[in-house]
Amino acid sequence: MQITSQTFKANTVKALADVDLQRALRHVEKGFIGKRQKAADALPEFEALRDSAMAIKQHTLKHLDLYIDAYVEKVEASGGKVHFAEDADHARRIFLDIARRRKAKTVTKGKTMISEEIGLNKFLEQNGITPVETDLGEYIIQLRDEHPSHIIAPAVHINRDQVEADFRKFHVDLDPERDLTKPETLLSEARQILRQKYGEADIGVTGANFLIAETGTSVIVTNEGNGDLTQLLGKCHVVLASLEKIVPTLEDTAQILRVLARSATGQEMSVYTTLSTGPKRAEDRDGPEEYHVILLDNGRSNMLGTEFEDMLRCIRCGACMNHCPVYHAVGGHSYGWVYPGPMGAVLTPSLIGVDKAGHLPNASTFCGRCEAVCPMRIPLPKMMRHWREKEFESHLQPTAARFGLGVWAFFARRPKLYRSAVSFAMPALKLLGGRKRRLRSLPLAGGWTKWRDLPAPEGRTFMQAYAQSGHADGGRS
Amino acid sequence: MSGSTRDAVMGRIRRAVGATPDDSERREAVAARLAGSPKGVIPKRGQLAPAERLALFVDMARKADATVVEIPDYAAIPDEIATYLRERNLPAEIKMGDDPRLAGIDFSETALSVAKGPSDGDDLSSLSHAEGAIAESGTLMLTSGPDNPTSLNFLPEYHFVVLKAEDVAGDMESLFAGLRERFGKGVMPRSVNFVTGPSRSADIEQTLLLGAHGPRRLHILVVG
Ligand code: SF4
Repeated sequence: MQITSQTFKANTVKALADVDLQRALRHVEKGFIGKRQKAADALPEFEALRDSAMAIKQHTLKHLDLYIDAYVEKVEASGGKVHFAEDADHARRIFLDIARRRKAKTVTKGKTMISEEIGLNKFLEQNGITPVETDLGEYIIQLRDEHPSHIIAPAVHINRDQVEADFRKFHVDLDPERDLTKPETLLSEARQILRQKYGEADIGVTGANFLIAETGTSVIVTNEGNGDLTQLLGKCHVVLASLEKIVPTLEDTAQILRVLARSATGQEMSVYTTLSTGPKRAEDRDGPEEYHVILLDNGRSNMLGTEFEDMLRCIRCGACMNHCPVYHAVGGHSYGWVYPGPMGAVLTPSLIGVDKAGHLPNASTFCGRCEAVCPMRIPLPKMMRHWREKEFESHLQPTAARFGLGVWAFFARRPKLYRSAVSFAMPALKLLGGRKRRLRSLPLAGGWTKWRDLPAPEGRTFMQAYAQSGHADGGRS
Repeated sequence: MSGSTRDAVMGRIRRAVGATPDDSERREAVAARLAGSPKGVIPKRGQLAPAERLALFVDMARKADATVVEIPDYAAIPDEIATYLRERNLPAEIKMGDDPRLAGIDFSETALSVAKGPSDGDDLSSLSHAEGAIAESGTLMLTSGPDNPTSLNFLPEYHFVVLKAEDVAGDMESLFAGLRERFGKGVMPRSVNFVTGPSRSADIEQTLLLGAHGPRRLHILVVG
């Protein structure tokens, strides 16, 4: 896909002026934050499970070579095949080889971010193969010729009435007078249309939430059941996964599953957790004839052993963006590539280069909420700071710092937004300030606080303090 | 597989993790974990005596929008399904696999017509037998094979699942131990499906709707 991370600032300006987008983004906070909190509170062991999940991934990354070897051996023992892909281009070529050999015309797809990362859909179309997205959100995005704006809620930037308009435009065989005012009817219509596609598919593509070394198993986690139908009914199942998806054992998978759904959607468990191992067995009455895994590196092995290794623990739950005031304000597309929000701000420069994505690590109020909710305890703010240091080393700092101030100024000019962003930030800033209550660098104002210390906030914003001191107006924008 | 790519990728990983030619310590750590499958943190919630465990399962499954009935024995299955379908004005037809546990059931007393095999997508209702369940989360576990073809779990709109009360475990880890016992260490059936409630989507304005691509309703029949 076209990378627009370089123009992050312009993207955000556009996003803030986009009325439909702003309307849709309200659902992010409403939809996710309270649910996650409730699910976390309902399980006394939640924090201990976060520690456990983090330790599993740390151990795996330290022994990744050995676990990959064990995994490949098991996939082959169950009749599947693993293909190592160096980069996006290589992964696409491997896929095309499989598709050509199977004379594939149609490919159904469960939700996979790796497919976005390697730009699979456009490539397939260029090669005369039709990709069909089956996740409702991804399907809507595909009709609109857009990209996902969220890693677990791809169409979160679109409103119901826009979906209705798209369905009327593309589903021309259906009665133009039909009632599509309810989300239920939109869902049934998509279900009905996609139903026909599963069985026609020559290949079913899915991502993987986990690859289990002990058994050579790929795991997908869905609520709709579309990924499951995709991999079950396609004649050939191709799994697209990056190498950090490896976990050692079934038990390790169970640990991480307990924090995944809770952090993502606030569910105890997602509806479907499906473990697939190899192709259809001799006695099976259904299932794919072939099973392939395309194991993508695309820059990840270069993150191992560096200060960015922690990012490889990410399980793509989306909690960091769900809790990010910058994401709430500008949405996912502003980030300009596949991965938005705090995790994208760290991962994107690692994968496509700091020269192309150097602005992203500035897209933060450094409020610390992302790290506080990340189930894998990834120190996202610290890593964004690492990137800014790298920018400095490569002489990219001045623009970036100016830009940081620009975002700050932007929020400052919009008091209501600023207050919501900063009231999250206050407790974190207070912590950062430590006992001396002086901040050496204020996020987004790096160029300025570099030269002077700011007094650390007292844990309340000025507006809150002002309101509480008797100025009733203080809270109104 | 492109051998040279594997070598290149693995070479970079080995350098990054500080692998050495001998590496006995790291190898032993990995072998021990794969062999021992250590359990991590098991939430207390599901660690209960059988009766309470079953009650927790029923409660959690209902919270996930499944419906659950407890029936005394397999012989009560046809009537339960027939009544469910009749009450909703649905056709008295059901598709099922060759599970031997369901083989002796006499459907002839009811109006139900039963077809065998995987679903071709035209079946409105299906019947499966679960291999186990997780009380902690209200989750069913089904495994692929001719007994219970996987398509029956996903294509029909109404999915009936039989579960033996004694197969309800406290946690997912216990079910994995059971799979190992049945299939062997490191060996898995083609597909293991953990199912928690009927399918749903929140992709339109984050409004949760039941019945996406999978079943709209999940009805669990707990036997015994
Ligand atoms: S960085 Fe953490 S919170 Fe964000 S998607 Fe990854 S695991 Fe989830």
